[in-house]
Amino acid sequence: MVQLDQIDKDILNTIQLDFPLETHPFEKLGEQLDIPEDEVIRRLERLNSAGAIRRIGPIINTKKTGGISTLVAAKVPEQRIDEVAEAINRYPEVSHNYLRPAEYNIWFTISTSSDERLMQILDELKAETGCDLINLPTKRLFKIGVKFNIR
Amino acid sequence: MDEIDTQLIKLTQDGIPFTHAPFAYIAKELGISEEEIVARFENLQQNGVIRRFGASIGHRAIGITANAMCTWNVPDDKVEEVGAIMAGFTEVTHCYERPRYPDWSYNLFTMVHSYTREDCEKVAREISKATGISDYSLLFSEREFKKTGARL
Repeated sequence: MVQLDQIDKDILNTIQLDFPLETHPFEKLGEQLDIPEDEVIRRLERLNSAGAIRRIGPIINTKKTGGISTLVAAKVPEQRIDEVAEAINRYPEVSHNYLRPAEYNIWFTISTSSDERLMQILDELKAETGCDLINLPTKRLFKIGVKFNIR
Repeated sequence: MDEIDTQLIKLTQDGIPFTHAPFAYIAKELGISEEEIVARFENLQQNGVIRRFGASIGHRAIGITANAMCTWNVPDDKVEEVGAIMAGFTEVTHCYERPRYPDWSYNLFTMVHSYTREDCEKVAREISKATGISDYSLLFSEREFKKTGARL
């Protein structure tokens, strides 16, 4: 696990929702946190290579970019989990894929450009794996706002 | 959203470099100024094309390893009211209504991230108390096979 000091935590808590969108964002971030830009950059590089920061960039709203996204649950026998997870991961349209032990145990999200492509992926996966899949698209959105409170 | 906006997203969706002028190379490539890039991102954010411009956190790497998908069986006529209450919990990062199936009765989904499973279970108990919904199930993620952001 990555060890974080207070400055790392301040950086991580700031750059999630309050990243300064400017031509020199790291300089600005340094001013906000009262540390030099060099140090901000050094710390970001460390946090990035240690996996604490995946990336800094635009978080896309697929609905607005004309995309279709959905959550899918699959019922997969214990001994076939690795194989089926791999088959699912092969699609670049699959953005998240988790094992959550329960009756439906593999949970993944798909973002595609069209309904036809989505249905094609689901049909192919059903045929290839023989597993039960349920398609759980969003009917209503109440909240989406991932911010981790890092303490 | 025009072609330059699309290019802008494509060139930054895997992350900007950690340098003094992280947009400089894109400005050069697209033949526009860094100021225009910033203005375009602000615009994309206002239009909702991007939810925000910022960091995606590798929460597991920093110890936020418990991640529960709480699924709730909420009467259809209560979904609006209950969804709003659930969304009000700071520990809840996502809250959606999704369809039911003959072998799947849970129609509201909330994601809860925290340091321990006990934390997540406690949040679920609090949500249950606040909403009166007692039929629910917590699915903890035991393995992450894949995680990438939505892409253009």
